Amino acid sequence: MLEKILLPALWETLYMSLSSTLLAVIFGFIPAIALILTDKNGLAPNIKVYRVLDVIINTLRSFPFIILMIILFPVTKIIVGKSIGTTAAIVPLTIGAAPFVARLIESALKEVDIGVIEAAKSYGASNFQIIFKVMIVEALPGIISAITLTLITIIGFSAMAGAVGGGGLGDVAIKYGYYRFKTDIMLYTVLILIVLVQCFQSLGDYLYKITKK
Amino acid sequence: MIEIKNLDKYFGNDKVLNNISLKIDKGEIFAMVGHSGAGKSTLLRCINGLESYEIGTLKVFDKEVKNLSTTELKSFRKDVGMIFQHFSLMQRKNVFDNIALPMQVWGFSKDEIKVKVDELLKLIDLSHKSTAYPSELSGGQKQRVAIARALTLDPQILLSDEATSALDPNTTTSILDLLKKINKELGITIIIVTHEMDVVKAVAQKAILLEHGNIIGQGEIEDLFLQPDKKMKKFLGEKEVIPEDGENIKLYFPKEIAQYSIITHMARTLNIDFNIVWGKLEKINNHVIGSLVINITASDKESVTQYLDSKNVTWEIL
Ligand SMILES: Nc1ncnc2c1ncn2[C@@H]1O[C@H](COP(=O)(O)OP(=O)(O)O)[C@@H](O)[C@H]1O
Ligand SMILES: [Mg+2]
Repeated sequence: MLEKILLPALWETLYMSLSSTLLAVIFGFIPAIALILTDKNGLAPNIKVYRVLDVIINTLRSFPFIILMIILFPVTKIIVGKSIGTTAAIVPLTIGAAPFVARLIESALKEVDIGVIEAAKSYGASNFQIIFKVMIVEALPGIISAITLTLITIIGFSAMAGAVGGGGLGDVAIKYGYYRFKTDIMLYTVLILIVLVQCFQSLGDYLYKITKK
Repeated sequence: MIEIKNLDKYFGNDKVLNNISLKIDKGEIFAMVGHSGAGKSTLLRCINGLESYEIGTLKVFDKEVKNLSTTELKSFRKDVGMIFQHFSLMQRKNVFDNIALPMQVWGFSKDEIKVKVDELLKLIDLSHKSTAYPSELSGGQKQRVAIARALTLDPQILLSDEATSALDPNTTTSILDLLKKINKELGITIIIVTHEMDVVKAVAQKAILLEHGNIIGQGEIEDLFLQPDKKMKKFLGEKEVIPEDGENIKLYFPKEIAQYSIITHMARTLNIDFNIVWGKLEKINNHVIGSLVINITASDKESVTQYLDSKNVTWEIL
């Protein structure tokens, strides 16, 4: 039972969550930097661009994940070729998490001491250099926390995606635990999820600690 | 080297700098003094283009700062280093990398960077801390690192915004000594913003006094402190406590005059008695200047003032 059902489900969950997190971080970084740049106290203030991004991000964030997934079926089909399955679940997970990531990274970057940025300006660094050589370097611990939080949130959402045909541990829990009353399997999946979240959180905390000086 | 004429600066509708004009020559240590909120930092930041100004001209190396393009401004800033009250070091980079960053930004080779940073570490006396992180340093050490960072690109001007305001008196002295050394040995013009008079006295040759965005006093340090005008006195918060009867004469002793012998010599020559009722001696730029208030009987007034004039001592009746 363990090897046949739970292990493949664990891999599916890991695959879904890790790929979605990676993609969400990539897609979240870009608007985060745009927000930081165009903020009224930013390096290139632009109220219009900031407002537009702000509204888009807030709108995307306010969609319940299940709804987002259903709305995105056609898009998913174009990208992955089908709208249901483990790989297909990555699309809504990424799109659902990217705005979340953008906000988290924006606030991590906002934490960077203004004095350090001023100093960089004072020796002639360009905006590009200030972002990549100063702000991101300084904000790294915060960014690591943001990624940890995203990954853990996505693991939770992936279980939800699994329940509607995405595979993974959520799928197993519903199929065996809920429909077939196999309480032991249900319990195992929950246990595995708890351990998984715990492991990633500890790893994240550890990385935070060694990068924070 | 720096020439400002009729400069005005607004934040929204608030005028924070009003009709500022001043000149700073090469090799000077120039202080901008004033209470918090007077506009010192804003004026300093106009010099390297961190703030913009609307009206007036501000020329550095004969170039109008507000007319510089983004690219010109960046290379202009290579020539103008800056240090800050809270050091502004990167927490996640060690001492060496903090100092190296400006050179990395400007694309110097690893070897060039190593040579320069090692040289600066020696100058600031922190070679043994090159791999330490800022959180492992004292305030004074952090400011030394920041000074080294400001010197990596061989600037001609160094701007200092309250660089010693977060430090204890002893550390302040050591940082000021370092600044003096940099000024002397490297010939770098230094502009110091501070609210502490002691800092001005210790290092500056010239100063302006700022209040609510206006220059209310300006000149050589010795003159400013030796014969403060009303506004300067108010800023310094001093008031002599003097007797009501007789005549009170205040004598000023600039650095050229050996003050003590004049007083005793006067007593002997004129054969009069007087009381010393108020006095102050101060060390400014390594020499002592001071003032003394003596109380004499009205009948001695003429002979005393004649004597003082004959000895070229500046005096006033209080
Ligand atoms: N970025 C800013 N926006 C609006 N007002 C500012 C800003 N920076 C400074 N001020 C105002 O300008 C005045 C001068 O400030 P500042 O130059 O920092 O004074 P100082 O350095 O002498 O303490 C103060 O009244 C301050 O509140
Ligand atoms: Mg200030």
